[in-house]
Amino acid sequence: MEIPKTFLGYKREDGRTGTRNHVIILPVDDISNACAEAVANNIKGTIALPHSYGRLQFGADLELHFRTMIGTGKNPNVAAVIVIGIEPKWTKRIVDAIATTGKPVEGFSIEGVGDIDTIARVSKKAQEFSIWASEKQREERPISDLWISVKCGESDTTSGLASNPTVGNLMDKLEPLGVHLCFGETSELTGAETVCEKRGKTPEAQEKFRKTWSSYNDFILKEATDDLSESQPTAGNIAGGLTTIEEKAFGNFQKIGGCKFIDVLEPAEEPTKGPGLYFMDTSSAAAECVTLQAAGGFNLHLFPTGQGNIIGNPIEPVVKLTANPLTARTMSEHIDVDVSKILSREMNLDEAGNELIKATIRVANGRLTCAEALGHREFVMTKLYRSA
Amino acid sequence: MAGTDIIIHDEKDNVGVVVIEKITPKQDCDCWIMENDKSVKIQSMDEIPLGHKIAMTDLNEGDTILKYGHDIGKVVKSIKKGEHVHVHNVKTKKW
Repeated sequence: MEIPKTFLGYKREDGRTGTRNHVIILPVDDISNACAEAVANNIKGTIALPHSYGRLQFGADLELHFRTMIGTGKNPNVAAVIVIGIEPKWTKRIVDAIATTGKPVEGFSIEGVGDIDTIARVSKKAQEFSIWASEKQREERPISDLWISVKCGESDTTSGLASNPTVGNLMDKLEPLGVHLCFGETSELTGAETVCEKRGKTPEAQEKFRKTWSSYNDFILKEATDDLSESQPTAGNIAGGLTTIEEKAFGNFQKIGGCKFIDVLEPAEEPTKGPGLYFMDTSSAAAECVTLQAAGGFNLHLFPTGQGNIIGNPIEPVVKLTANPLTARTMSEHIDVDVSKILSREMNLDEAGNELIKATIRVANGRLTCAEALGHREFVMTKLYRSA
Repeated sequence: MAGTDIIIHDEKDNVGVVVIEKITPKQDCDCWIMENDKSVKIQSMDEIPLGHKIAMTDLNEGDTILKYGHDIGKVVKSIKKGEHVHVHNVKTKKW
């Protein structure tokens, strides 16, 4: 199959390309959610991204909070941003960083004004942004403007057999075309960590991976009361036939095909070393992981599932594929690409990879994913430790 | 239906994965080794559901389970060829 050289996306002020054209209302903190949701309810064409944190965080945890907020606003799938916080200082820090992209962004704070007047003021600006964004048109953009993140969930043995290798096949075909790619899930590489480390393209990348994984493992050994047997593999994984975390890890690892990663990213960190595959240090919880990858600037997500994880994301479209014929049948409204025919040998990996590339480009061009049509907008901040 | 009942990733693997809704005891199963595209046969001993593993050989306590050509855990209760391989007879080596 000849892979298309272009797709239809929204060109942004900073040169990046969006696969979506969202106007977001971003609360800095938990107590600004009510205001953000009221505005999104008032003004059509906007979405609120409520979450649970943003007060009394400190140190690396606070920095991650800012990085996630700022990265979400900077993501090219976002046309314009309204930031609402309880106080002006943190709000301004986020607004100023998003403004470096050149996109419209405006901040509001609630203290001294109250919710009702804030909602009125913000609604006026949100209406202006929404109408402005509605005139943006898709245009032909190079395929290399795709930034694709991957993460699997509710995996079973069909994931490792077929749906993850299908994603790996897509990576093998798109990496030479200059696409940015990202995998994560530090915990779920446990058992395959030494094999994964060797997939670093440079000694520096390998060293960075080893340090990242070890620091995660030390944390688990310190915090765990016994071991992770109760949560890794999950009950869903075990029902699907996965026995050990090593088995899950080697299945998970099939997603990167034969690619080598050029750098290791902090959670929500934007890649800066050019096109190619990146590893991001993330939790393996689906919504947390995709939220971090979207904040890193990725504009389309591929999500292989076995038993049927139903996750979506508010700004990054999540394309779901499964090789489990039962899941494809019983949860069809969640599955964008069915590759279960691999298991009956009616389809090979090359054909499955091509099907996934076609679906990816259609979604990049604007086709709604199942998760978007169902309204899945899971936006989940990663918290490193308790607040002050 | 003619076709594959069990898929084996790598020739070195000592387990295969059931890819039909379930296999029943004494069922003669067709297995496909993905790595080299070879076919082999095995008779099952247990009922094994979709996605679960079958032992391709007799395995003793302490033996290593190989899948994707890699070590995915240890046998904690001996397993006969054709039996269901899962959390009741295999454990991680991590903990």
